[in-house]
Parts: sequence; structure tokens; C-alpha cells
Amino acid sequence: MEIKVKLFAALRKGRFDCEIRDYASGATVSQILSKLNIPENKVSIIFINGRHADLNHELYNNDTVAFFPPIGGG
Amino acid sequence: MKIEVDNSLKMLPNYDLIEKMKGEYGDKIACISIGTAGEMKMSAASIAFTDMEVRPARHAGRGGVGAVMGSKRVKVIVLDDTGMKMRSPEDPEKFKEANKIFVDGLKKHPVTGEGLPAYGTNILTNIINEAGAYPAYNFKEGAFKGISKISGETQAELEVKRGGVATHACHRGCVIRCSGIYNDKDGNYLTKQPEYETVWAHGANCGIDDLDSIAMMDFLDDNYGLDTIEMGATIAVAMEAGLAKFGDAEAAINLIKEVGKGTPLGRILGNGAAVTAKVFGVERAPVVKGQAMPAYDPRAIQGIGVTYATSTMGADHTAGYAIATNILKVGGYVDPLKTEGQIELSRNLQIATAAIDSTGMCLFIAFAILDQPETFQALIDLLNSFYGLSLTADDVTELGKKIIKMERNFNAAAGFTAQHDRLPRYFYTESIAPHNVTFQIKDEELDQVMNW
Ligand code: SF4
Repeated sequence: MEIKVKLFAALRKGRFDCEIRDYASGATVSQILSKLNIPENKVSIIFINGRHADLNHELYNNDTVAFFPPIGGG
Repeated sequence: MKIEVDNSLKMLPNYDLIEKMKGEYGDKIACISIGTAGEMKMSAASIAFTDMEVRPARHAGRGGVGAVMGSKRVKVIVLDDTGMKMRSPEDPEKFKEANKIFVDGLKKHPVTGEGLPAYGTNILTNIINEAGAYPAYNFKEGAFKGISKISGETQAELEVKRGGVATHACHRGCVIRCSGIYNDKDGNYLTKQPEYETVWAHGANCGIDDLDSIAMMDFLDDNYGLDTIEMGATIAVAMEAGLAKFGDAEAAINLIKEVGKGTPLGRILGNGAAVTAKVFGVERAPVVKGQAMPAYDPRAIQGIGVTYATSTMGADHTAGYAIATNILKVGGYVDPLKTEGQIELSRNLQIATAAIDSTGMCLFIAFAILDQPETFQALIDLLNSFYGLSLTADDVTELGKKIIKMERNFNAAAGFTAQHDRLPRYFYTESIAPHNVTFQIKDEELDQVMNW
């Protein structure tokens, strides 16, 4: 299935900003992170289609997943 | 201390004024000043503070405080600490110890130790957009298509490439250093790093996706002494009224120049989004108590809507920064799209913020103290050892409540009622994409925020 993966802030370094990638159907957020070689503890906020999600969340074809390190501002 | 009359300073913008002050008093000074907007007593007028490079680039932006200074006919306060000693703590040993724990806490928290120093507050742009809460085109849409051109990641890269700085502090005491220096195409100083709120207000909210134009507007606002949030929101209202097209950066820049000059149109715009909307008959004025909303849509982040509605100064994000818990998962997590837990969240944050603000600490320390109890304790120990007090965490909460109560009493005496603790009507009736949500918190619930 095709998943749009977006990375932000320091997670982009040595990787990419946004790519459409192919994953086996039923893949979870956690499996996608491990394929990207991103340690789980480096990610504090996960969005799937603009809503907060967690590591066990299962993805469906054409989902957008966004990963953020801990960030703040205002 | 000397008080002097100097009519030669009349209608000088901030940058020219500070150059003149440096010529007279040398460059070891710090200044507090108003630009032309403050002199004209506009309600979007700010008070400028010089940074470490003696540039008037830090502002008490919100609430129209520049107009108050202007009404007292105070143009500039010049400070020179030559020959002055540092104040010493009541208990130097304890102070040193508490300070070490406090500084370590700020350095080790990933937000205050990594994210803010590397990218500044504009790091928020992408995440708020991803959450569908980034107001574009005068709060018409919750995401902006030009986002990657104005994000904190893009901005930091551009600053470094042009020989500016992406990690910089307002003052010598800051260990977070979320600021920066923004140079123009030729590598010359243009302005300090525009903040998240400014990039949004002059950017997405006006349909503009060009960082150089946004930085130019940041400079003009600082120079005339204007609140960047209010001005961006005002120009968006003016665009909705048809005075300029959404996305037209040149027209937006010209509108700010009108304000600086004080033309009749400029005086309308300089009095903010509420006044401008009234004058031009625009219904969608994103204001509470006459003050424009900042860079988070209250429909897609319900918690911040509670703060906008009930904060004593009008729509303000800092008074109870629900974004931390609704979006950033700092200090726990409350779902931004649901109503549950938002009243309590906003109330607790407003109480804590009133207390932190009265210490004089930069509010960004809150990210570390909300997550790390030992850093919060170190803050209390710092106050106690410096002033010889014995405050506890409970006392700090009481202090926050007392401050809010005093502010509410002031508002009540000035004629504010529960009806002013509301969002504009259209936030309850017009939904915002991509989540297609309206503001759901009921009036009776809003009336419970200050009831503890
Ligand atoms: S953390 Fe606060 S004091 Fe430090 S540079 Fe940023 S805004 Fe200024």
C-alpha cells in the first residue's frame, strides 16, 4: 500500500522531507519507523491524516503519516 | 535619573530613534521606546526593547501598551548600568545550587534544549498546519498550501546560508536562545528572526508565502512600533474587505507604511482588526475583547479557544497555552478536537502562567517546568533563595489565582461582563477544513473557567 510519510525538524537530517512510500498492508506506525531507522524515543508526536496517533496504530492505503520530535514555541 | 524634554524625537521610528540615542549616550545603553504608532496612540502600538546588539527588535507587542506610553508623552527610556553592581541573592549558596538545577533542566528538555535553539518558535508552523489548525486567509482554512516555504526548517536554513544566525538570545541571561538574525538577499541585516506568530500573521493569514516579504513586514512593524499579530490579522481583514488581494505581499507592505505615516487609512488599520472590520463592514473579525487572535484556530484546537475567550486581555495564546497539551503533548495530552478537559486545562494553565509571568521569567521555561518537577522546584528555590522567601508550589498557585482575580476585577470595573468572554459568532457556526469543526464549548462552560 502507498503511504505518504512526512518528517520534520531534526528527523529530516540525512533522510527526507516528504515521500510516498510502499509498505505491506497492515503496517503499523512502529514498523514504519523501524524501516526508516528512526528510534522510537526520538519521535514524540505522530499524526495520521491530521489526527494524533500512537505507535500501534495501523495504516491504510493512501494514509498520510507525519513524525515530529519534541517541539515547542509560541 | 534625569527626565528631559526633547521635541527633536517627535515621530522618529524606533530604529532611527535608537541610532540617535547611541550617538548621544554611547552604545553601552539599553532602551525602551515607542515608534510613530505609539505617539499616534494606536491600539496596535507596541513598546520596543533593545536586544544585545542595541536594536529595537524585542517588543511588548500585545494589548496596545505603546499607546499608553504615548499618552504619557514618554518617547524613550535610556538605561546605562555603568558603575552599577549586580544584585546579590539573600542566600548565595542556595541560589547557585538552584540555578544549576534550573539551567540543567532547561538544557536537558528537548524543547528548550534542542528544538527552540535550533529552529526558533517557527518550528511550530509545520505541526500546527499538520493538525489542521493553522489559520489561512483570515481564518477561512485550517492549512496553508505554501507552508514549506515559510516553515521554521526553511527559515533556519536560509538564515544560516545568508550569514545570519539561527540561535541567538534576547539577553545575556537566556540559556534557551530561540531567536535569530535574518539577513536580506545581499547578506545585510534586515530584522531579527521573525517569530512563529509573525510568520503566520503576515504570511499564511494573508495568503503570503514569501519569507523576505514577511521579514520586511516584521522590520516595519518593529520600526513603527506595532504588534505583528494585530497587524497581520488587520491586513487579512483589509484583504477580505477588498483593499488588497490575498497573497499580494507588496500591497500588504504598503498598507503597513500607511500606518507608519499616519494617513487616515493608516490610522484605521493601526487601530487593529476589530476597528478595521467595523469601518469596512467585514463580519469575520477574529477578535475577542477587541484584540486579534494569534496563530491557532480555536475550532481545531478547542483548548486554546477557551483561553482566547476568557483571558483578561482578549484573544491571547500565552495566557493559557493549551497548544502544549492539545498538540505538543507537553504536560500531558488532551484531544484538541474534543470538548472534554479543555476548561480545566485552560484554567490551570492560566493560573500557572499568571504566576510565571510575574517572576519576569521568559514563558518558554514552561515547557521544561511542566514536564520536569525538579525544574519547577528549582524555579521556586531560585525565588526563595534570592529574596529570602519560603514559597511552596501551593503558594505559587495562589499567587496566580490572586493575579487573575485582580485583573478580572479591573475588567469588571471597566464594564466587561460574561458576554465578553466569548468567541465571535462565526466560530460557532462556520466550520473549518480539513477537520470541518466548529467551536463546541458552551457558554455556561466558559463561565466556569474562572470559577475555582
Ligand atoms: S527563550 Fe525567551 S528570552 Fe530566550 S531568546 Fe527566546 S524569547 Fe528571548
